[in-house]
Amino acid sequence: MSLDAFISATVQVGLTLVTVAIIFALLEGFLYLVLVKLLRWKYAVPIMLVAPAIVGLAVLILWPLLWELNVSFTGMSLRNFRDPGFLGLGEDLFVGVDNYVQVFTQPVLQTTGFWQLLLQTVLWTVINVFFHVTLGMALALLLHRPMRGKGIYRALIILPWAIPQVIALLIWRTEYNNEYGAANQLLGLLGLGPVPWLSDPFWNFVAMILANVWLGVPFMMVIILGGLQSIPNDYYEAAEIDGASSRQSFRNITLPLLRPVLTPAIILGTVWTFNNINVPYFINQNELETSDILVTALFRQAFQYNRYGDAAAFAFVIFVILLIFTVFYVRRTGSLRGAYE
Amino acid sequence: MSGPTSVPAPAVAQAARTAVREAGGRRGPRWKNIAVHGLLILACIIAAFPILRVLSVALRPGNTILQSEFELIPEGATFDSFVNVLTKTDLPLWLMNSIIITVGTSIIGVGIAATSAYAFSRYKFPFRGLGLTVLLATQLIPAAMLLVPLYLLAVQFKLANSYIGMVIGLSVTAVPFSIWILKGYYDTVPIELEEAARIDGCSQLEAFWRILLPLSVPALVVVFLFNFLTAWNDYFLARILLSREELLTWPLGLQRFQQQFQTQWNELAAASILISIPVVLLFLYSSKWLVSGVTAGGVKG
Repeated sequence: MSLDAFISATVQVGLTLVTVAIIFALLEGFLYLVLVKLLRWKYAVPIMLVAPAIVGLAVLILWPLLWELNVSFTGMSLRNFRDPGFLGLGEDLFVGVDNYVQVFTQPVLQTTGFWQLLLQTVLWTVINVFFHVTLGMALALLLHRPMRGKGIYRALIILPWAIPQVIALLIWRTEYNNEYGAANQLLGLLGLGPVPWLSDPFWNFVAMILANVWLGVPFMMVIILGGLQSIPNDYYEAAEIDGASSRQSFRNITLPLLRPVLTPAIILGTVWTFNNINVPYFINQNELETSDILVTALFRQAFQYNRYGDAAAFAFVIFVILLIFTVFYVRRTGSLRGAYE
Repeated sequence: MSGPTSVPAPAVAQAARTAVREAGGRRGPRWKNIAVHGLLILACIIAAFPILRVLSVALRPGNTILQSEFELIPEGATFDSFVNVLTKTDLPLWLMNSIIITVGTSIIGVGIAATSAYAFSRYKFPFRGLGLTVLLATQLIPAAMLLVPLYLLAVQFKLANSYIGMVIGLSVTAVPFSIWILKGYYDTVPIELEEAARIDGCSQLEAFWRILLPLSVPALVVVFLFNFLTAWNDYFLARILLSREELLTWPLGLQRFQQQFQTQWNELAAASILISIPVVLLFLYSSKWLVSGVTAGGVKG
């Protein structure tokens, strides 16, 4: 690293920031002239305030997605790597809905097809979220009492969430090494193993889940702990006076009152786990197809096999699955009511 | 009659309750206390074990990297790996790239989020509810789904292998969530403060700039940290956009150590620790706030 490199990098990023600022200033000036001076619209101020966000999200999320939708109807790939234009019509790349049909009828990867990937993803999501919530709840209940060392326990248990995920996963991957990884060395102390964590499909899947449970429990614990602290103690005292057992208190006070916190956390946790590309990618490193979930298969299809048209169609199929689940779940639980006021 | 020494009744009740609870706690079975602490200590060991092991690997002298004993401070412990990783590898370059990209990204992200959140918190306007829903819906988009078009567009616009592409590409990633956090915080600031300023002759935007923003500094700091951590920990956008050695960010760089793992386990470990320490400290400071953002929707409902 040299001073020159540093200065040149800073200048490039600085110029980028200045350009972005100028674009937004021009945008605001234009909106001010049109909405305030010309139309005297009563919503002029809020629209001007949200305009940068709208432009940013439109340029960097909406437009790429529309473009991806466009690509999903074309046969764009490494061999046909050219701007397809509208639906690839001009470049003779238009394939209609073939890509979408292929998602369900042909292997998405080399041998693994959509339904197997979906099954693996559902298993992955359900198992992970189950352990995140139960272990998170158990730890939160243990911590939710007056005791010594609470802050230290909390800080230590939160560590897996706090360290950068890439680092945590590189460490886990190394610890799964057959000979000198900690996983097999610990099993060796118990007289077990060695377990082929990285080469056997079943154990590789277990390895991914172990790593992800380790990573995800602290988030749930912190959320649930926050929820527990918002439940007034009076309820428990009243229940105690009425002779309720601690199990009854948990069932009839803690769980119902935790729901407003727990439901959005579970939805978020499910979406994050379903979309979790980091853990399978770093533990498996694109080796075993049986360890792929939908999103890692998508990444592999796009950036290892360079089948962009196929990948675009596959991406929309994945998105629709997730969207249907979320809308259904949010509707059923009504978990977002009140956030809009 | 209420003399200066009398205590309000509710306070007495509260004190009595506290006393009862504490007495109860002391009377509670001893084994239960031990069990609770035992389980928590076990959880702490599981949570910290990989990190402690990395620390011990980083301290090992070069010739015992692959030994299998578990000892926190290895025999002949040395800081050589830390010195090596800072002087003999490209780690400083990767860190510089990451810092510059991350700071640029965060400035754009926070600027955009701070103003939009104000509109969502204080104004009624057409499609406001829809806008908030769309912001949440963006969280459903799988990262890999956006990577495909971002890569193709970056190639088309010659933004691959540039700082500009990375800064622009990452800038709005954290914006939707940031808007929700800030809106939640603005909602808790009494609107009367701004109204008073307006009576004193401020325009609405001046009231925002001079009253609300200064009051929201803690939340703005947290949102900046959130944007910072999101960009700092990005691996995949860098993976598809950056291939030139002098542009690599630290996650790509660290992976280089791992690919030739046999010889570089202690350098990977030392670099991991150097990168993690500041991030973990920032995280512990901001985690409480991030959590309140996550559950803001639910708690109010």
